[in-house]
Formats: sequence, C-alpha cells, structure tokens
Amino acid sequence: MSQPISVYLNSILVKRRGKTVLGPIDLDLKVDGFTILLGPNGSGKTTFLRILHGVERASSGVMQWSMPNEQAHQAQAYVFQSPIMLRRSVRQNLAYPLQLIGMDKDEISSRVSEWAQKIGLQDALEFPAPRLSGGEKQKLALGRALIRMPDVLFLDEPCANLDGRSTREIEDLLHDATQVGTRIIMTTHDLGQARRLADSVLFLLNGTLHEKGPASIFFAMPRTIEAKAFLNGDIIE
Amino acid sequence: MIRIVLAILMITGVAAKADTMRLAATTSFNNSGLSDALLPAFKVDTGINVQLLVVGTGQAIRLGQAGDVDAILVHSKAAEEAFVSADFGTHRREIMYNDFVLIGPSADPSRIKDAESAIEVLQLIAATEMTFVSRGDDSGTHKKELMLWSAAKLFPDFFGAWYKAVGAGMGASLNSASGLDAYIMADRASWLNFGNKGGLELLYSGDPMLFNQYAYIPVNSDKHVHVKSEAAQRLEQWLLSARAKNIINNYKINGEALFIFNGAP
Amino acid sequence: MNEIWAGIQEAVRLIFSLDADLIGITLRSLEVSLTALVIASALALPFGTWLAIRRFKYRRFAIAVLNALMGLPPVVVGLVVYLMLSRSGPFGVLGLLFTPFAMIIAQVIIITPLIASITHQAMRELWSEYHDLLISLNTSKRQRVAALIWDGRRTLMTAALAGFGRAIGEVGAIMIVGGNIDHVTRVLTTAIALETGKGDFALALGLGFVLIALTLMVNFAIHALSRTEREGTW
Repeated sequence: MSQPISVYLNSILVKRRGKTVLGPIDLDLKVDGFTILLGPNGSGKTTFLRILHGVERASSGVMQWSMPNEQAHQAQAYVFQSPIMLRRSVRQNLAYPLQLIGMDKDEISSRVSEWAQKIGLQDALEFPAPRLSGGEKQKLALGRALIRMPDVLFLDEPCANLDGRSTREIEDLLHDATQVGTRIIMTTHDLGQARRLADSVLFLLNGTLHEKGPASIFFAMPRTIEAKAFLNGDIIE
Repeated sequence: MIRIVLAILMITGVAAKADTMRLAATTSFNNSGLSDALLPAFKVDTGINVQLLVVGTGQAIRLGQAGDVDAILVHSKAAEEAFVSADFGTHRREIMYNDFVLIGPSADPSRIKDAESAIEVLQLIAATEMTFVSRGDDSGTHKKELMLWSAAKLFPDFFGAWYKAVGAGMGASLNSASGLDAYIMADRASWLNFGNKGGLELLYSGDPMLFNQYAYIPVNSDKHVHVKSEAAQRLEQWLLSARAKNIINNYKINGEALFIFNGAP
Repeated sequence: MNEIWAGIQEAVRLIFSLDADLIGITLRSLEVSLTALVIASALALPFGTWLAIRRFKYRRFAIAVLNALMGLPPVVVGLVVYLMLSRSGPFGVLGLLFTPFAMIIAQVIIITPLIASITHQAMRELWSEYHDLLISLNTSKRQRVAALIWDGRRTLMTAALAGFGRAIGEVGAIMIVGGNIDHVTRVLTTAIALETGKGDFALALGLGFVLIALTLMVNFAIHALSRTEREGTW
C-alpha cells in the first residue's frame, strides 16, 4: 500500500458525436491521499473519472498507470453517482466482488459481516438491495467498493442526494479508508465537503484541467480568476 | 429436463422400431368408428400396429405419392386408378362399400324426401336455392358430390351464395350444416356417428348412384424403398379375410349396418 | 349453454375418472411441449442475452428479423416442416414425419424467436443497468453473462413460460406435421379439433378445459413471477 501510485495522461481527448467533452489533458498525477475533482456542471468531471478508472475509453491519447493498466484497474473501485444495486440481497451485493476473485467462502462471510457492520447494514443483510433507501444504497455501494481494499477508490458525487447524517457517515467511511492507505479521487459539488476532505484539488473547466494544487493553497489563494470565481459561487462559463 | 428428453427419445424410438405401418384413410373410416373395430383386431392377429392418418382422399393420395404412408384406404375410383397407373400404388383392391345420404333440415323446404333419384334431389335443391354445404376439400365425398352435380347437368361454379364450399372434413362440414340448417351430402357412417345433429335429419338415401366403394392401395416400394410393403400386404390379406368380413358386416350403429363387405379374396 | 355445461361435466368426469386416453394425451402434450421448450430455451436464452450485450454490425437487422420471426404463422411453419420431413423432401430419409419429433421441431421453430425476443428485451434493460458496475469490477465475459442470467432469471423464466404457453396451445403446425395419430402424435389441441369434427362437443370441451387449466397454471406462474419482479425489482 505504501508503494507510490501515479498516472500519466498524454493528450487524452474524449469526443461524443463530434463534440469534445474532455481534453486535451496532459497530466502526471501522483495519486496520494484524498484528491477532489472540482468544476462547474459539464466541465467533464465524471468523464475524467471514468477515463481514469477505465470504464470509458478515450477517443485519442495515452493513459498509463505506474503499473500495467490491467493490474491497476484490478486494484481500483468506483462508486457511481446513482448507486448500481445488483438485484440480490445486501449480503450477496457485498460478497459479489470477493466471489469474482475466487476468495474462499469463510473469508468472504467474515469480511461481509465486518463491512455490513461498518456501513450500518448488519441487520439488513438478507434485505433486497434495490429496496434500500438512497442513503443505505450509497453506503452499500461504498462498502462493496471498499471490501476488496482497493489501492484507489473513485467516487462520483457520492453524497449528491443525501441528508446530513448519511453524508457524515459516508465521509467517516472515506476517512477510515484513507487511514488504511486507500487513495481517493472524488468529484463533488459541495465546496464545504471539498474543504473538509481534500488533500489536493484538480479544477476542471470546459473539459480541460484548469488548475491543480494542494487543497490548502487552492482554497486559500487560487491562481486563476475562474477558480476564484468558482469558489466565490459565481457562475462561470 | 434431460430425463424428459431421454424419455421422449425412448418413446419415439420404440414407436418407430416396433412393427408398425402407416395407413392414410378417409375421414369416414375413422369417424364411423370402424377403424377402432378393425385395426385392434388386426393387431391381435398379426402383431402389426397400424398408425392411422385420418385425412381426405385427396390428401391421402398425396401422402402416398410422397411415400409418407405405406398404404391408403380411400373412396374415389378415378383418383385411385390414376394413382395406380402412375405407379405410386401397386394395385387397387376393393374392400367394402357404404353409401352416401342426403341430410337436410327436418322441414325439408326443397321437398327432396320423395324424390325419385339422387339427381332429382340435387335438381330440387338447386331450383329452390336452399343452403347447401359442400366439403370443398378435394376429398372422396367432395368428388362424388361434384360427379352427381355434373350428372344432374348443374355446375357449382355458377351457383349463388346458397352453395357453400366450406373446405373442411366431414365432421366440420356437418357442424356447419347443422349451424346453417342446410342440406349436405354425407356418408352414412359419419352421419350416424355425428353428435351434433341439431335440426338436421336424413332425408334421402338408396339410389345406387350413391354407393361408395372403398379401396385399399399399397404404396409402391419401387418408388419409395422404405415403404413397409410386407406389412401393407399382410393388412391387405387380412382385410379380405373372413374375420374382417365378419367385423365389417356386423359393425352397427343404432342397429344399422354401415358397411357392406364386397372384397374378392 | 347446454353444451358448455355438458362440457364442464365431461371435463370433470374425465379428470376424476383418470381417463386413460385423457392422461395419455395430456402427458404427450406436456412431453412434446416441454421438450420443445427445453430445446428452444437452450437456443434462445443465450442468443437473446448475446444480442443484448454484444455490439456488432448487423445487430439492428438481427433484432428486426427476430421480431418478424415472432409473428411466423404456425400453419406455415407446419407446412414447411412437413415439406422438409416428407419422404419426398430433403430430410425424408430420416423418417421423422408424423412422429413427436416432427412436432417438437415445429414447436421449437415457433417459440424460439418468441423466447429470444423477450430475453433480449429483458437482458438489454438489465445490461444497461449493470454495465458500469460489471466493467468496474473487472468481470470476465463469462462472469458478466452469468450475473445477467442469474439476476434476470425471473424474467427469463417468464420468457420460457410464454414460449411454453404458445407451444402447448398450438394446433395448426402440429396437426400438419404430427398427423394426429392416436397414441402416437395425438395431443390436446389436435384431439380437440378431432372431437369437434365428430360433433362430440362435450368431449372436445372437456379436453379444452384440461388445456385451459394447463395454460392457466402457466399464466398464473408467469403472473406471480412478474409480480415479484416488479415489487422487488430484483
């Protein structure tokens, strides 16, 4: 876990129906601690996250993790903005990522109980996952992502529709994850959340990387006027 | 599920292997119930299981031409002779006859009850234009009906809406006639066994022109090598036997004999 | 009205007297249609799933053809199978005409497109729901198909039952290719046609009620399955 992880992007470009939605992006990113992806709506945050994780392919350009991409992908997890629930019980949802890698049954069941406890769903293990509340679904999705102890965890607006309590519970889980060495890259709309969690910030604007830096510096004295305007809550185009 | 498939494979496998032959016979042979009296007896005597395909004479002849059956039992002399002369069948063997009867509404609006001949019956129906149901399916009964019309110098092609060619088997056509309260020509056996007579009754019979000769024709194995000629031959011999003659002549419905054996051994 | 009442009485009598012919005919109906169902499902479920998750050049065309095949008139299927299996047809040497095999073949042709089409629709929906997650979890192709089939099993069951319902109620094709031979290829639907032809409406209706009872059971099963599907969305 302590081994440094980085990703290198060269002229990454994503086009949809002839329109550029992301890029070109050139970046050599040391993935460490808690990285927050900021930017107005439509700035390409989600696309960027999906490209990094490999659930979407770039139209052109090169991306290379500091290990073979396949191996990097195997050690990553992703929590989608609207959580995807397998049509199974909570227990089976938690167990699924472990079954995929052929873990032995006793190990799976002990990890599943451990994580059910952590996400507060220990009493709902046999409940059908698609019928959980929004907050519970998001926590289950997070537990299912963390259960394989990924090197890197991507999150796309995990608290977008949640109340304060669920948001706090999720932030606590994320904090615990970073403590055991999971690096997190996350998008959020909530500047307060960004300030609470971020170690470093990537600021996207119109599909390109506009500014990046340590969180303390970015929030205190943004270099670009657009970032400043964004932090002030102005509309930027 | 696999077991079910296997079971079916076995069932069908056995059915195909056992000593069986296929006979295409006309509707009346089966609807009258005679087939149920004859074929089990044949099986007892010879061990041969006859799979009966109940179709019209036209279709029976086509099944024989294609080699899909081993023998046919039909009643339409001209078509049978053409079948044999084209070498699809080996020979034609007359077995028995029954007769056709004219059925109609009990009120008998065309007054056919007292007609002198079958031809007069048809002329009366045509003259009064009372609804008449025709098989219209190229069966032996249909062919016979057409022959009678032409003997009466009448042409169904020019008839009005009262003449209804339903294109169906004997039973279905009788159902139609019953529903329409119409006249219809049927073989006596099918009529006696028919369960849905409604307002219909037998109005005319007895003219020798209405006699209906059944003939047995084995399919020619020169045309189709897989044809079970031996079984077909045994059935032919058996149908001409005293035992078959006895069963045929004594087969009665409501005390009425239906078929008269006239096979020449 | 009298005839319907007589039919009901006849049906009750047939069922409670365990009429040997009725049982034989019913079992044959089940054997033929269940075998056709197993074969058709083995073809249609993987094919429908494959159509849902694979992108290929003629995919839209294949789906259009599949939907068109769903509307195949059974009588025409029967006629074509008949001509193929007839001794004078291309597969005549096999001697399959007028056997349960021929009926199974015809039913497979009739219900495979139906099952494949329902499978395709259900799987497409599920796949678009699961796509991102399964890619993210680095699943292999086999694991993806397995997850889809497992989690879509209720819908697949519904598809199969719909196919079965259509197979067991079909008469046109199997009459032509089976020939309605007593104790060999006579099934419920062809027996009903035969008894109607004899004007024996009570027996025909009695058989009809048995058939209706069978298809009702199938449809209740479909209904129950699709309801658990909706309520649980899982």
